Amino acid sequence: MAEERSLMKGNEAIAEAAIRAGCRFFAGYPITPQNEIPEYMSWRMPEVGGTFIQSESELAAINMVYGAASAGARAMTSSSGPGISLKQEGLSYMCGSELPCFLANIVRGGPGLGNIAGAQSDYFQATRGGGHGDYRIPVFVPSTVQELIDLTMLAFEVADRYRNPAMLMGDGILGQMMEPAVMRKMVDYDPKAKASWAVGDASGRERHVINSVRLAPGTLETHNIRLLKKYREIEEKEQRFELFEVDNADVVIIAYGTGARIAKSAVALAKTKGNIRLGIIRPITVWPFPKKVIREIAAKKENFLVVEMSFGQMYEDALLSVCGKAKVSLLARTGGGLPTEEEIVETARRAMASKESIEVYPALD
Amino acid sequence: MEKVFARPESLSKKQFTYCPGCGHSIIHRLTAEVIDELRIRTRTVGVASVGCSVFADEFFDFDFVQAAHGRAPAVAVGVKRVRPDCVVFTHQGDGDLASIGTAEMIHSANRGEKITVIFVNNAIYGMTGGQMAPTTLVGMKTTTCPDGRNPELTGYPLRVCELLSGLGGVAYLERVAVNSPQNVTKARHALKKAFEIQIEGLGFTLVELLSQCPTGWAQRPTEAVKWLEKEMRGYFPLGVFKDVTAGAPQEGAKE
Repeated sequence: MAEERSLMKGNEAIAEAAIRAGCRFFAGYPITPQNEIPEYMSWRMPEVGGTFIQSESELAAINMVYGAASAGARAMTSSSGPGISLKQEGLSYMCGSELPCFLANIVRGGPGLGNIAGAQSDYFQATRGGGHGDYRIPVFVPSTVQELIDLTMLAFEVADRYRNPAMLMGDGILGQMMEPAVMRKMVDYDPKAKASWAVGDASGRERHVINSVRLAPGTLETHNIRLLKKYREIEEKEQRFELFEVDNADVVIIAYGTGARIAKSAVALAKTKGNIRLGIIRPITVWPFPKKVIREIAAKKENFLVVEMSFGQMYEDALLSVCGKAKVSLLARTGGGLPTEEEIVETARRAMASKESIEVYPALD
Repeated sequence: MEKVFARPESLSKKQFTYCPGCGHSIIHRLTAEVIDELRIRTRTVGVASVGCSVFADEFFDFDFVQAAHGRAPAVAVGVKRVRPDCVVFTHQGDGDLASIGTAEMIHSANRGEKITVIFVNNAIYGMTGGQMAPTTLVGMKTTTCPDGRNPELTGYPLRVCELLSGLGGVAYLERVAVNSPQNVTKARHALKKAFEIQIEGLGFTLVELLSQCPTGWAQRPTEAVKWLEKEMRGYFPLGVFKDVTAGAPQEGAKE
């Protein structure tokens, strides 16, 4: 199929991109604002000879994905905050058993049932992992429908490359919005690619065991050190970001996803209203966090402003990356609230004028 | 000379690590014998659960996946849907299947997933030290009901076969026991039947095996097999609860 631009809804773009990436197993449970993904998969999977299951719960969904991945399929599930909480257990097991999968996480406001507006408050949940044990998961954070497509396909590759789950973290706004984008060609994925470790046809080989339990003294530490080496390699090779007008900026904004879209408008607003120049470091992965580039820029710039739709969660990663070399201020909205361009420009101006870093929560006053 | 008894090919060479008198090892052996007999070893995938059988994979010589507590049927569904040519079974205890994994059990059964659940009912949590299970009998003492199970506080023992027998996706349900040579022979037959029905693709199959836990019950193995006969069989009647290959659906349990 020719790569033509067409108008696509974010969630449906993710689903089709997953199909194009060779995903042939989907299990999921309805939750707003990601329902278009399972709905799309329910008719699309049968067309390509894949499996769609509406599971009895998020727990069942992630464990079905565990089984499908064990058998060598490119497999995925999708959910939002409360459902991701339930899936964290399965992600921990998949990391322990070294199984690849893809997880689309369309974030809504929390805590608890919260609301169904777009939010970024599940940053810690995604980057630190709510599951138990020492593990890490690559987390891709798109800001356009085109990136929803491209990063979904990349996440499948990264998951397979490292035999580890990978997550795409969007939000309700990105999932629901329509934008022109180019759908990519079908990847030629060979299901036998994982025959060296997957379960299934055991004729003519030793048996394969997929397992995360290691009770004998020392064996778990040895295994975890192996995982650590893998995570270090991911940190080294997979940090992704976009720089936008950073060179001449008085204040460097760090923002991702929907927050970065608004920040781009703020850069333009700052230009037209004058007297401050803004630039953006936009993380495309939040684990691994683009530490290296932020550290380099912190050696040259004095003022950073983290803009996020959560209570200063990414702020902690920014502080760790800048490492005291520059002032790092914060503009935070929560509960589905969005920072405005005016708030961003005004906060940047105040942050630049202030001797100390500032933390601004517009809804607090 | 003809060899008439040997280790089944489907069993690994590892010695069972279960307690003396425990039924798990009997059930593993029966499972392995049936897999050998059906000549499906290289296309069988077992799913181990959490509990005493957490290391089940070590005792078999075919592919295995270890599942989280209660999630074995979901994992088995994932494997089976991707590899419909494989024979996929779970080996689960009563805590795993009938407590924490109740949702996965009911829904995989109701969807008619073509997997086999080998359900070991010994009325107690063995691995964690003898706590009350969903199948603990009324009045039976455990470490979390030291005065005996009181149904006013903890409800009644769950009858899995009876519970599942009304679901459309279920193809075969039988309750057997492993406390005597006769019962062991019947248990082997039930396991074989379940695997055959899975291979035919007729739906969900489950074999419940009443099994002795001398350690958890604080009894000698010889006492435990008698206790099972005397105390468990009354509440958990043996028999076929559903068999889609037998024509008309059967009413209740028949010995």
